[in-house]
Amino acid sequence: MFTNPQYGIFVLISATLLTSVVALLVAVPLGLMAAIFLSEYASRQVRGWLKPILEILAGVPTVVFGYFALLAVTPILRLFVPGLQTFNGLSAGLILGFAILPTIASLSEDAIYAVPQSLRQGAYALGATKRETITNVVLRAGLSGIVASIILGVARAVGETMIVTLAAGQNPTLTLDPRVPIATMTAFMVQVSGGDVAVGTIKYKSLFAVGMTLFLITLVLNIFSFWFVRRFQEKYE
Amino acid sequence: MTTADSSKDLNQISDSASGFDSNLAGRYQQDKIFRIAALIATLAGLVVLGFLVFDILVDGLGRLLQNFPSFINSFPSRSADRAGVLSALVGSILLLIITALAAFPLGVGTGIFLQEFGGDSWFSKFVEVNIGNLAAVPSIIYGLLGLTVFVDLLFNVTGGRSVVSAGLTLALLILPVIIVATREAMKAVPDSLRLAGFALGSTRWQVIWEHVLPLALPGILTGTILALSRAIGETAPLIVIGAATFVPFLPTNLKDSFTALPIQIFNWTSRPQAAFHANAAAAIIVLMVLLLTMNAGAIFLRNKFQSER
Repeated sequence: MFTNPQYGIFVLISATLLTSVVALLVAVPLGLMAAIFLSEYASRQVRGWLKPILEILAGVPTVVFGYFALLAVTPILRLFVPGLQTFNGLSAGLILGFAILPTIASLSEDAIYAVPQSLRQGAYALGATKRETITNVVLRAGLSGIVASIILGVARAVGETMIVTLAAGQNPTLTLDPRVPIATMTAFMVQVSGGDVAVGTIKYKSLFAVGMTLFLITLVLNIFSFWFVRRFQEKYE
Repeated sequence: MTTADSSKDLNQISDSASGFDSNLAGRYQQDKIFRIAALIATLAGLVVLGFLVFDILVDGLGRLLQNFPSFINSFPSRSADRAGVLSALVGSILLLIITALAAFPLGVGTGIFLQEFGGDSWFSKFVEVNIGNLAAVPSIIYGLLGLTVFVDLLFNVTGGRSVVSAGLTLALLILPVIIVATREAMKAVPDSLRLAGFALGSTRWQVIWEHVLPLALPGILTGTILALSRAIGETAPLIVIGAATFVPFLPTNLKDSFTALPIQIFNWTSRPQAAFHANAAAAIIVLMVLLLTMNAGAIFLRNKFQSER
């Protein structure tokens, strides 16, 4: 590390972007559909069973997900994906997606659940089927909460550390290829703090520079999500 | 004309005259597909969770039970089959105690202030917005905060990269969760109780201490336990603060260096030898048992609370 005199955070940001995009491709459709199922289709009893299990998924420590991604998911993916290396962005991103799925599912479910029943009945009265009611009325009415949940999911994916450190590797590469080792911002921070960091060295300062960038990204996402909710929230009596 | 006939007529009118094709059969088909897709999406998360638990049990149960309980009461070692989690387990429990002692009074105090005393002042609104922001900050950033404040600035108090620095950092991490849980629990206490207290001449503090807090306590404790179980699984902030990976002794005072279960799991997982991976899986089982015990406690409290009301 630091043998290459060219410094820059871009390579770390691109890796974070890659794993987060893979994670969102998993978590947004699955999380949103799970939220729809839980609030619109599941009976009270089924919901009472499924929600706690999703909460358990949310409570799994991320280092455990990292172990799982590296030692269980990657070997399986290697059977299907040619050229997949031991450390790769694909399996890290996939499991990262399942780690943030409960966040998106449970916050979107709150948003969908809060849509007043009268809107659904209005849609049924116009002859819409259940699916048409959900996609054309309920999801639109709950859009601000759903978008906020997705943004929070993005913030969590960007700041997530142990899954990407263990499964994506610690090898800064500027690439969009999800099959090769990459180092995200958080993995870089773990790698640097792994050794003893002497105060005031360039190592120490780069740790804080990367940390500050990460903090700013999540802060902007958070502020944007607050703003979005306040701007687009539908008010029903 | 019967009603059946008239509805048939209506259908004909809307279908042919207006060119509108209701195609009910096709739309119901779409409904069915959509419903099944939603069910599959919900089950996907459960399947992954199930596979994860299964994989870890297969990998680690053998190692955990091999001359039980040697894995629990041995120190880490360079040879995988003599290594154990004693110092990591003790470190995690010590962290749990320090974190709870620091976060509980601070978090509950803040919650009481914001809910009962804060009112609508700009100060409480400012604090509220920032608690929301804090909750979304990645945990590794809290590690940087701990590194600067507890390890560097307060070196003389904490002894640097010590168990107390780590405990205090984790306390900061879960503070927003405890504050929110406290506020929610106190919000659920009916206002009539407060008004009755005031009507009898109690001061605000007497009302809170003798009436509101006892009713809110189970909710507060549930939230605190869930927050603590999040803290105990955290790895990234501990790495940044500088948890040691090889600690062949038990900490004797709060300024000692330390390790914790997640750190030990991370260390063993990142080694190339398969024997250490089995150790990592066994340590994960120990961690999960600890977490499940805490969560069961939280659920027990919640149920007790709900049945009593």
